[in-house]
Amino acid sequence: MFVNMKLLTHNMLTSHVKGVTKGYPLLIKATEVKVNEVDFNPQFVSRMIPKLEWSALVQAADELGHRQDLPVELVPEYEKNEEFLKKVHRVLLEVEVIEGCLRCPESGREFPISRGIPNMLLNDDEV
Amino acid sequence: MKLKELESCLQQVDTFEEPKILLEQYPTSPHIAACMLYTIHNTFDDIEGKLVADLGCGCGVLSIGAAVLDAGNAEEFEISNLDLIQCDLCSLEAEAYAKKFDTVIMNPPFGTKHNQGMDMKFLKAALTMANTAVYSLHKTSTREHIQKKANDWGVKMEVVAELRYDLPASYKFHKKKSVDIQVDFLRFSTD
Repeated sequence: MFVNMKLLTHNMLTSHVKGVTKGYPLLIKATEVKVNEVDFNPQFVSRMIPKLEWSALVQAADELGHRQDLPVELVPEYEKNEEFLKKVHRVLLEVEVIEGCLRCPESGREFPISRGIPNMLLNDDEV
Repeated sequence: MKLKELESCLQQVDTFEEPKILLEQYPTSPHIAACMLYTIHNTFDDIEGKLVADLGCGCGVLSIGAAVLDAGNAEEFEISNLDLIQCDLCSLEAEAYAKKFDTVIMNPPFGTKHNQGMDMKFLKAALTMANTAVYSLHKTSTREHIQKKANDWGVKMEVVAELRYDLPASYKFHKKKSVDIQVDFLRFSTD
């Protein structure tokens, strides 16, 4: 079984290191990225979009070289725009990080991603 | 997918080789996991096309079952609709994940091994994270207490099923071969 970190998951992750007030979004430093085709479900993608931090998604896709031409601002009436939803589907669910790390933008603490699983555990002195 | 198909699929999921007692790492049996997921899927339609979180996933039997039901196909060996995150639920601020998920499923630690109240910490976090419903297993003996908490938090609680949780003697202090404990399968709705 293969489990890899998707950008949908990355979009939710925050650094909780002690003293950090805005540990978001985490910068992705990837050494291994894969694109894995997934069935397109426009309803699911439409439903996820309002829950996302859009700018964090665009930034993450950009860092991984998979931004395509996703706009900085979310387009209006996206739920009717299949072409747009397909692009979002791709960055949300198909671009996966296998190895690398996530860097807290405030403290610089790095959280390793190993075999597709980000490890957000903190040391005792960090909580 | 039939219940039996789901159960036989979940029988292939490996369980703990060296369970950690402090973390109450008891496996969820394929039978219980399949019954839970089958009900969540068929009675409440809270899996297919939904973003589901499994807190304290252990060996991932509930996650894998949910992923398989969502994909609607037990034969496909590669599960692509599943992500794992390693983190400490007690140290993260659940508010950061408020309403991010549609459904939360879990078999939390029961809080019986020097970690009293752990099940309620999990439940509180789950209720913050779920937009629609939380499904969880709790000892039947704590039902009244949980009902009271649910009332305090303003969530609706329903007992979906009463289960006998067959706990195999996986730790040395279990003298009997296996112990049955009474467990409630609960649904909390947040809307």
